[in-house]
Amino acid sequence: MANIANIAIAAVTEPFPALVDYLTDPSRYRHWKLAFDGRVATLTMDVDEAGGLRPGYRLKLNSYDLGVDIELHDALQRIRFEHPEVATVVMTSARDRIFCSGANIFMLGLSSHAWKVNFCKFTNETRNGIEDSSAHSGLKFIAACNGTTAGGGYEVALACDEIILIDDRSSAVSLPEVPLLGVLPGTGGLTRLTDKRKVRRDLADVFSTTTEGVRGARAKAWRLVDEVVKPGQFASHVRQRALELAAGSDRPADARGIALTSLDRTIDQAGYHYSSVEAIVDRSNRRVTLRVMAPAQAQPDTIDEIVALGAQWWPLRMARELDDAILMLRTNEAELGTWLIETAGNAGHVLTVDATLMAHASHWFVRETIGLMRRTFARLDVSSRTLFALITPGSCFAGSLLELALAADRSYMLKLPQDAVDAPAIALSAMNFGPLPAVYRQTRINARFYGEAEPIAAIEAARGGRLLADEAEVLGLVTAAPDDLDWDDEIRIALEERASLSPDALTGMEANLRFGGAETMETRIFGRLTAWQNWIFQRPNAVGETGALKVFGTGHKPVFNWERV
Amino acid sequence: MSINYSEKIPNNVDLGSDRSLQRALEHWQPAFLDWWGDMGPDGTASTDVYLRTAVSVEPGGWAHFDHVKMPDYRWGIFLNPADADRRIPFGEHKGEAAWQEVPGEHRANLRRIIVTQGDTEPASVEQQRHLGATAPSQYDLRNLFQINVEEGRHLWAMVYLLHRYFGRDGREEAEALLQRRAGDQDNPRILGAFNEQTPDWLSFFMFTFFTDRDGKFQLCALAESAFDPLARTTRFMLTEEAHHMFVGESGIARILQRTCETMVQHRTDDPAKLRALGVVDLPTIQRYLNFHYSVTLDLFGADVSSNAAIFYSAGIKGRFEEGKLTDDHLLKDATYPVIEVVDGKLTMREAPALNALNEKLRDDYIRDTVAGVGRWNKVMLKNGIDFQLTVPHKAFNRMIGSLAGVKVTPDGRVVSAPEWEAGTREWLPTPEDRVHVQSLMGRVVEPGKFANWIAPPPMGVNKQPVDFEYVRFN
Repeated sequence: MANIANIAIAAVTEPFPALVDYLTDPSRYRHWKLAFDGRVATLTMDVDEAGGLRPGYRLKLNSYDLGVDIELHDALQRIRFEHPEVATVVMTSARDRIFCSGANIFMLGLSSHAWKVNFCKFTNETRNGIEDSSAHSGLKFIAACNGTTAGGGYEVALACDEIILIDDRSSAVSLPEVPLLGVLPGTGGLTRLTDKRKVRRDLADVFSTTTEGVRGARAKAWRLVDEVVKPGQFASHVRQRALELAAGSDRPADARGIALTSLDRTIDQAGYHYSSVEAIVDRSNRRVTLRVMAPAQAQPDTIDEIVALGAQWWPLRMARELDDAILMLRTNEAELGTWLIETAGNAGHVLTVDATLMAHASHWFVRETIGLMRRTFARLDVSSRTLFALITPGSCFAGSLLELALAADRSYMLKLPQDAVDAPAIALSAMNFGPLPAVYRQTRINARFYGEAEPIAAIEAARGGRLLADEAEVLGLVTAAPDDLDWDDEIRIALEERASLSPDALTGMEANLRFGGAETMETRIFGRLTAWQNWIFQRPNAVGETGALKVFGTGHKPVFNWERV
Repeated sequence: MSINYSEKIPNNVDLGSDRSLQRALEHWQPAFLDWWGDMGPDGTASTDVYLRTAVSVEPGGWAHFDHVKMPDYRWGIFLNPADADRRIPFGEHKGEAAWQEVPGEHRANLRRIIVTQGDTEPASVEQQRHLGATAPSQYDLRNLFQINVEEGRHLWAMVYLLHRYFGRDGREEAEALLQRRAGDQDNPRILGAFNEQTPDWLSFFMFTFFTDRDGKFQLCALAESAFDPLARTTRFMLTEEAHHMFVGESGIARILQRTCETMVQHRTDDPAKLRALGVVDLPTIQRYLNFHYSVTLDLFGADVSSNAAIFYSAGIKGRFEEGKLTDDHLLKDATYPVIEVVDGKLTMREAPALNALNEKLRDDYIRDTVAGVGRWNKVMLKNGIDFQLTVPHKAFNRMIGSLAGVKVTPDGRVVSAPEWEAGTREWLPTPEDRVHVQSLMGRVVEPGKFANWIAPPPMGVNKQPVDFEYVRFN
């Protein structure tokens, strides 16, 4: 009964009419304030209670919904590109005694399962992005927890390099999801406790079942925070640590930033159109063609010219557009279950860009651009969509763009006779061997062959040349290489068959196969934690009429089915 | 060290044979005395004060009078006598036997409520610790000290619950209650209102009338709790809370009396003239009232609160006089009106009654307060003065909940920020008001003498004469 009721509720609340838009800029922020002071940027959370993305809930106590996270994503992007002088980001809150109380529970209670999962995924990616910038870009993050730091609020803090908690004898850090809501901390909380902060697991067990959390000296002793500081010294301590971390950064103090100008985007019945990316929807077949276009002209290869191009430099422009397209499709087109990944244009231009990226990889702007490409491509790894790459005449799966095919669940490459002038080819570049690892922190080539030396060496040896279908198939870089007689039927049948399978089973199967081999903290967050969370999110004990998430805040007690599964 | 517990700590909780409680108190009691020495009434260690001590819960046992030095005061642990058949009066456990131990499931919420309540007790002692230097009479000084030691006893009551029922966590929280300090930026008391100074006696009387009355309503709601030791403890505390409110109500009434006498004698209602004559003019009293009333309303919490709903359904915290209410005591489908701000206007809407329990308690408080203000107004009537004190609108000067973002005048009009700024001098105490009140504060401690700005009480404490030596300075 509870399940049926839940489906009914989901059906009423689900059809959100307007598109969710991920594009914003600081002049439109409702929930964050961004301030710059030399080497330190301060990102202050001040959530507008009435500014929820959807009706039906108020964002009290600095709680957040997707809209708040969209602004955070944008703000981080601006710091990376527009403020190269910033070496440390302090994340704090404008509220007295509250840092952040996490995801808004009433929003979660009203949301469909798919909405919750997509929301948590994006939130996770933003937090991974914080750690990615810390690891690769010399940008350090301090969580200045000036008050209650609960649930998702603590998970934001966990993504930072350091957590400084105010010691006012009442502010605590907590993960109250299990005891209060009957669900898990959904954005990496449990995993970062163990894998990142090495909190002993019995203490983590106590912590994660204690609604009021842990404060003061014990929070430090348990490694939940790095420092506890009295209110009188809090601001100066945070400032001092921010400057100390900044001193170790190689971000340039004197460089001019690159303005992230607004994206060139049109949305119409046919789909989403950008200058170098398009997503053409086919609703009757529940699929979308996601196409990335090579630069129309050769891109410059000197730093001065690149900086002068700024946001119009193709790799940055393409990555920003692809990022937006992926996010728009994931949030607004849940039923388009298969993404056909295509490329078009001059592969030579792409390879030239790759050479430039490698040559100037230590320049801050190039490094940030590579970082954005890495994080954007990594979104594909965790997207709950079937990804098929189609390598056809006119395509340019070369170097960086070959990563799109390597990220796909399958790739099909058209085989034409050797002498055919339009026979599609792929090509490898240095970008395939290091700078763009997947979400599991290995290159996609390395993971594809489970680190086995022989096939990887063969692929290394093939660097530099154009690889036609036969060769690509032998090297194991593509799934299949039908010829022109077989192609149409082969592809049609593969797509029709795929579209007939259970979307849930596909999501689970694809995620299992994509994350083969050793686990990382990220794969554990996206795989293990998310799988358990998604299961719990579906269960009547959480979302049934008497489930903990549904009754939270009403004063009614959840009624559980006590059977352990 | 062996302590004769029943002698030193009057109690009805069988302290003499409870070893775990003894262990907790052996550590805590010296820390409490240190705290009292540091943060209790300033410079009073050797002063003998005519104090009432509760020595038992029998009729009359709660009021044993004698001169004692405050550090030697016998802070006791008393719970109202148990009713073996007590049933839970409300919520999802309604009708079940009351809890004699803390259910694990409600440990965190109960502890939080007890700690929050407990924190206010030492906080008010800290806020008032310098008032002795400007007491208007020995009688008033003694009342201040009586309130201080009883706040101390209320702290003991909460600490007893923490020690007896909450294990190691409880002991740590009990210790933290002695470590926080009112107004200490690094180490503040939990609730904002308890970090403000009580700068003068007008504020003190207002505080005991308004803010201790909040205490009364909170204690009444906790006296309904399914957790029986909490219910019995708070019920006993209510007797003492009533005395604190008496001090506030009679204190303000005596100030009004003195002002009215002066107005009649000099045939004037000009505040400037009255100030020159050394009394507090009535508009200033109205502004102090507006301030303390509105700040206290905030203490009841957000008008729509999920915690309030959880506490009620779980049986942790009931309503004021739950037993006299005739509904189902579950409130699952009931609603209650709350104020909402829509397009800058105040409107009423029906909220789920469970979520609106803070608002309900606030409304009960308002009724009680309005009655008290009515009694003050009789002073003006008797003296033939055409002036009535009023309580401002519920939405006036509110800082929390849905009213936080809106500016409302005492008569309930929503106004713009500039209008609000312009009006505050009329509605809330001005710096000049505070300077004037401060200028009146001077120490009067000769038995039977009173400061010029306050009338003597009609009778003394415990049938003693008004000029009795309530405080002996040694």
